[in-house]
Amino acid sequence: MSRTDTRTTAAGEVVYEGSSLELQDLTLAYGDVEVVRNVSLTVAPGTTTCVIGPSGSGKSTLLRGINRLHEPKSGDVCLAGRSVLNDKPDDLRLRIGMVFQHFNLFPDHTALENVALAPWRVKGQSKSAAHGLAEDRLREVGLGERMDHRPRDLSGGQQQRVAIARALAMHPEVMLFDEATSSLDPELVKGVLRLMAELCERGMTMVVVTHEMGFARKVADQVVFMDEGEVVEAGTPEQIFDDPQSDRLQTFLSEVL
Amino acid sequence: MDFFENLSQTFLDFEAMAEVFPHLLGTGLVNTIVLSIAATIIGIVAGMVLAVMGISPLRWIRTPARVYTDIFRGLPEILTILLIGQGFYRISAELFGPSPYPLGILALSLISSAYIGEIFRSGIQSVEKGQLEACRALGMSYGKAMALVVIPQGVRRVLPALVNQFISIVKASSLVYFLGLMVGERELFRVGQDAAVLTGNLSPLVLAGMFYLVITVPLTHLVNYFDHKFRNGRRKPTGPTSGLKEVTELESTETAGAAR
Repeated sequence: MSRTDTRTTAAGEVVYEGSSLELQDLTLAYGDVEVVRNVSLTVAPGTTTCVIGPSGSGKSTLLRGINRLHEPKSGDVCLAGRSVLNDKPDDLRLRIGMVFQHFNLFPDHTALENVALAPWRVKGQSKSAAHGLAEDRLREVGLGERMDHRPRDLSGGQQQRVAIARALAMHPEVMLFDEATSSLDPELVKGVLRLMAELCERGMTMVVVTHEMGFARKVADQVVFMDEGEVVEAGTPEQIFDDPQSDRLQTFLSEVL
Repeated sequence: MDFFENLSQTFLDFEAMAEVFPHLLGTGLVNTIVLSIAATIIGIVAGMVLAVMGISPLRWIRTPARVYTDIFRGLPEILTILLIGQGFYRISAELFGPSPYPLGILALSLISSAYIGEIFRSGIQSVEKGQLEACRALGMSYGKAMALVVIPQGVRRVLPALVNQFISIVKASSLVYFLGLMVGERELFRVGQDAAVLTGNLSPLVLAGMFYLVITVPLTHLVNYFDHKFRNGRRKPTGPTSGLKEVTELESTETAGAAR
């Protein structure tokens, strides 16, 4: 199966082919301190899993363990049914897109160059092919008019959408969102969430660390509640939000809802 | 009155100045610039290597860079220049002939690379961690991420400090005269000093000093101008905008690109 072409439906809509993702007893540590302990999680292809929980609960570290920005201490990560811990990290990261809380766009590159850089310099596509690809991705996220802007001439919401386009341009099988809307002004959050919901609808596999409970309830196929480095509860949005079992989840929900 | 006349005789003997001017311009200035630019170019290349080594996660790469920097930053310039210039004279004479320039440039480069390495390192380390992380998340290797994204940003931030260092090299280049220069090899200071011995007053040295200032002062202002431009330029001024428009920004493309 070639992943270099973007598939589209008859209506011209881009279709993604998300892969399955499975975490088995994943443990991540800073030195001797285990910040994520024995997390097991199955994400079916094309589904969205939202990870919620209080700050310091290890949500972000968990995400970084998936693409090995933080090397797991023990456990396993399986992508499309195969363990990836013996792969080269760079090869693994080609298959997993990541979006950060603070965007992390390259400030001296235009929106277009931000998106085109990795296809050009990492995947070895020709510069013009990479730019063409970047144009398509930017149009998809509603920034066709702003391709030549540098990040600081874009709003936070626009920057985050460039960051999403940048990740999509690598044709990832899984997308990771690390509090993607947490540093946005309130009126800009909606545009980014809507884009994320749309990716979900089009078949992308996503793991979303978020504080947006409305988004988790509406879009997620599975919600995972983490506290103190462990998965306390996991289930459908209805189970988690309407029928929380553990005290900790009940307390958490009463604080945020 | 006698006092002031004495002063002006010592420092502002225009006749003596006029006499030495062609030599300062034709010999001294040229040689000073050749020495300084050569040492700066080598210093920048070596400094970049030192900086990249210095931020390596691997200790056996980091430590040699640290030791090198500590040594050449910690020694007096004159001592380094004499040790290198006289100590390796024989080898240099065989390779390049009797001129003390190659070793002078080498010594100046060793000194400047230690400083420039630290300048680059501070610039590169001031780039937000998220930049490297974003690159790695896109599948870039550490080396590519540094070369394409992190280092260019870091270097741009330290341009003024780099010019500072060039100015420092221009001044230090005068110390090469300790290695003994032929007439045509003399740099600004030596030309001025030789003339001062002949005229019996300090006016030629005052003029040499002016030459130094002519190199260094405009450069400082020029780099500040470019630094300012780098930071604020290339920016399209936009009018006031509304964040509310962004919610519909996506919808307008949905209808164009995809049916809902």
